[in-house]
Amino acid sequence: MKPAAFTYHRAESVEHAVSLLGELGEDAKVIAGGQSLVALMNMRLARPSALVDVSGVRGLHHMVLEPSGELRIGALVTHAAIEDYPLVIPGFEILPKAAALVGHWPIRTRGTFGGSIAHADPTSEWCLVAVLHGARMVIEGPGGSRTLGSEDFFGGPFMTDLGHDELLTEVVLTEPRERSAIREFARRAGDFAIVSAAVAYDIVNGRMSGARVALGGVASVAVRAPAAEAELEGAEATPEVFARASRAAAEDLQPPSDLHGSADYRRRLVRVLTERALADTLAGD
Amino acid sequence: MRTDSETLNVEFTVNGEARRVSIPPRRTLADVLREDLGLTGTHLGCEHGVCGACTVIVDGEPVRACLMFGVQAAGCEIETVEGLALPDGSLNDLQRSFSEHHGLQCGFCTPGMLMLGTAYVRRAVAADRESVREVVSSNLCRCTGYQGIVDAVCELVCHPDGTGAGEDPAGDS
Ligand SMILES: Cc1cc2nc3c(=O)[nH]c(=O)nc-3n(C[C@H](O)[C@H](O)[C@H](O)COP(=O)(O)OP(=O)(O)OC[C@H]3O[C@@H](n4cnc5c(N)ncnc54)[C@H](O)[C@@H]3O)c2cc1C
Ligand code: FES
Ligand code: FES
Repeated sequence: MKPAAFTYHRAESVEHAVSLLGELGEDAKVIAGGQSLVALMNMRLARPSALVDVSGVRGLHHMVLEPSGELRIGALVTHAAIEDYPLVIPGFEILPKAAALVGHWPIRTRGTFGGSIAHADPTSEWCLVAVLHGARMVIEGPGGSRTLGSEDFFGGPFMTDLGHDELLTEVVLTEPRERSAIREFARRAGDFAIVSAAVAYDIVNGRMSGARVALGGVASVAVRAPAAEAELEGAEATPEVFARASRAAAEDLQPPSDLHGSADYRRRLVRVLTERALADTLAGD
Repeated sequence: MRTDSETLNVEFTVNGEARRVSIPPRRTLADVLREDLGLTGTHLGCEHGVCGACTVIVDGEPVRACLMFGVQAAGCEIETVEGLALPDGSLNDLQRSFSEHHGLQCGFCTPGMLMLGTAYVRRAVAADRESVREVVSSNLCRCTGYQGIVDAVCELVCHPDGTGAGEDPAGDS
C-alpha cells in the first residue's frame, strides 16, 4: 500500500527539530532511518501529518567511551555502523553481536540505534541491551534536556515517555562487563525474535560479579531476571551454575501466549537461550 | 484530508546520470524510480521491508527502496539493476553467474538479489558460503530454493578451498 500524504521538513539541528515538532503539533513525527516508521506508514498503521527528518542532523553519530567506562551512543548511529565498528569497545563487546541480529543488512544500513529505542519494540535487540546495561536516555525538548533510566523510559510495547515534541539524542550504556553474550530465537533469519536473552558479568577473584541477565519477548518491555542474577553472583562460571541460573530465569516468568508461541514455549526458550548465552561467555576461555 | 498539492524538487544521480524530479513527499524511492523515471527493473513485492525485491544501492549501501521516501534521496547516488549490464548490453559478471547457476526462475526477486549481491561482492573478501547464505536470506525468493542464488554469489566471492560454490554445509540457522 501507499502512505497517506504528509508534509516533509528537514531538521538542521537538534534545536531546529524540537522547534519544528512544537510548531507542527501532535500529529507530526520524527523520521530517523525510517525502517519501522515507513513500513507502518505504507500499511497506514501510522498516518503522521508531517515528518521531521532528523537524519541530516550533525552531532548524533558518535560512539564515545568515557573515562568512567560508560559508552555514549548518538541516536543516529546505524545498526550497520555498530556491527562494522572497527575497534573492540571494552566492556561492551555485546554490541556488534547484537547489531548482527537486527533484521537484515539493507535494514541495518539505515535503521538507527535511537530509532529502535524510541520505537520500543518488546523484542528489539537494542532495548534488551539498554536494559542489560542500565541505559540512560538523553532527551531534548522545548524545556531543555532530561535524562531517564530504562525503567522510566519504556512504558510498554511501542510506548515510551517521549513527548511528541521531544527528541532522543543519545543513549548512555553503563555498567561495562568483561564478558557478555546474546542469543535469540526467531523463525527465520532476520525476523524479530520470539524470545531473546542477554547476559553479562565480570570475573573478580575467579567468581562472577555484577551479573546481569536480561530477557526480551517475555513481557511488554525487556526485563531483568533477578533470580537468575542471584544464582550467578559470587559463583564460579561453570556449566552447573549456568544451568541453575537458566532454570531460575524461566521460573518466575508469566510470558504472553500468542500465535508466535505459548507461555510454556517461551519459558522453555528462556531457559535454553539463557544457558546458551552463558555458555557463549566461556567461548574465549 | 491532506492532498498532494505540495511537491518538492529533488536532485540525485541514478546509475551515474543526474536526475531531477518533482515529487510529493509521500512517494517512496521505489515509486519514484518506477513511476517518475520509468526504471521498472526495481520491483515491489511487499512494500513494508520484508521481501527485498525493491533493494537498490544508495551511496554504496544496499537499502530497501520501499522504506525510503524519494525526498530523502536528495543529493544521493543511486544504483539500480538497469545500471549493471555493460555498455554494449552484455551481462556483467554477477548477472552472468546468476544465469549460469540458475539463480533465477520467474525473475521477480532477481533485481533485488542482484543489487544486494552487487553491494556484497564489492565489500566481501574471501567470504564463505555461510556468510553468503546469511546475506541473501535478506531477500525472499519463491522459486529457486536459494541454492542457485548462493552458488551464483559464491562464485564471485567465496574462497575456492572447498567453501566455494557447489556444496552446502549442514547449516542449521
Ligand atoms: C524486515 C524488517 C526486519 C526488522 N527486524 C528487526 C529486528 O530483528 N530487531 C529490531 O530491533 N528491529 C528490527 N527492525 C526494525 C529496525 O531495527 C528499525 O531500524 C528500528 O526499529 C527503528 O529505527 P529507525 O531509525 O529506522 O527509526 P524510524 O523508523 O525512523 O522511527 C521509528 C519510530 O521512532 C521514532 N524516532 C526515531 N528516532 C527518534 C529520535 N531520535 N527521537 C525520538 N523519536 C524517534 C519515530 O518517530 C518513529 O515513531 C526490522 C525492520 C524491518 C523492516
Ligand atoms: S517491496 Fe520493499 S522490501 Fe518488499
Ligand atoms: S526467481 Fe521467482 S522469486 Fe526468485
